Amino acid sequence: MDPTAAKFIGAGLACFALIGAGIGIGNIFGNYLSGALRNPSAAPGQFTNLLIGFALAEATGLFGLLIALIILFG
Amino acid sequence: MATGAEEGAHGPMHQFEINRLAEFEIFGIDASFTNSSLFMVLGVALIVGFLALATNGRSLVPTRLQSVAELSYEFIANMVRENVGMAGMKYFPFVFTLFTFILAMNMLGLIPYSFTVTSHIIVTFALAALVFVVVTAIGFARHGFGYLKLFVPEGVPVWLMPLIVPIELISYLIRPISLSVRLFANMMAGHTMLKVFAGFVVSLGIFGFAPLLFTIAFTGLEVVVAFLQAFIFTVLTCIYLNDAVNMHH
Repeated sequence: MDPTAAKFIGAGLACFALIGAGIGIGNIFGNYLSGALRNPSAAPGQFTNLLIGFALAEATGLFGLLIALIILFG
Repeated sequence: MATGAEEGAHGPMHQFEINRLAEFEIFGIDASFTNSSLFMVLGVALIVGFLALATNGRSLVPTRLQSVAELSYEFIANMVRENVGMAGMKYFPFVFTLFTFILAMNMLGLIPYSFTVTSHIIVTFALAALVFVVVTAIGFARHGFGYLKLFVPEGVPVWLMPLIVPIELISYLIRPISLSVRLFANMMAGHTMLKVFAGFVVSLGIFGFAPLLFTIAFTGLEVVVAFLQAFIFTVLTCIYLNDAVNMHH
């Protein structure tokens, strides 16, 4: 296979990591929303935790994106 | 390779290019004043200018500007108090500086034709490495070698220790990487996407209004992301500080 083509395919494959990030972020916000609708008074107190969970879930996917960027531009 | 370098001034990656505005060399190290440095100076000048102007009057009943400054102070002070406790207020200036700097850099980058300093991983990594070094130094200064107990969680059976301790160690050492990559990737991906969709406006001709509307809406989302990423960076700094100051695990 042409090395350049392999490079692009590899970069595309590395972006698969973002699937997990998408599922994770959706899970966190969905569960926060359903919890917040059941008990709206407790919701503001958990907002910081929501953002921390969002950040942690996002980070794992972004590692894959970073690998893709390193493959493309590194 | 279809990167910004080949497409010249119109590629989506062109906005991240660093240009030397004034060349300096100190002891063989390239210390040129670049467009990145220019925006950092601009951002710091804006923050200092705004805070100096806003707190100039120091009236008991705050003016509009003063209440904005007080709100931003209270916002970060509450964050430190909630996450670290009163012992953490000693490190409030550090956290507040980090937050305002990152927020100013992210927001300045949203102005068309400006430069986003935080879209370069070396900048965000320097910030994250600073947080890592400061937190580790505080931890060792407050607890001595007892700080190493952070890697040995309580209530874990002894036979699990060979597994848990390396995991804790790796998750501690990976903090500066995850902290910097999160900020960098968010800013870079967002700005690239904006430019890619802005390119569609011309190439789609009469249907160009659709990507134009999308770009406008997405710019609004980017403002939220710019604030959110500055906030998350600061919250995580507070949580790391909490580990170092209070050592609850």
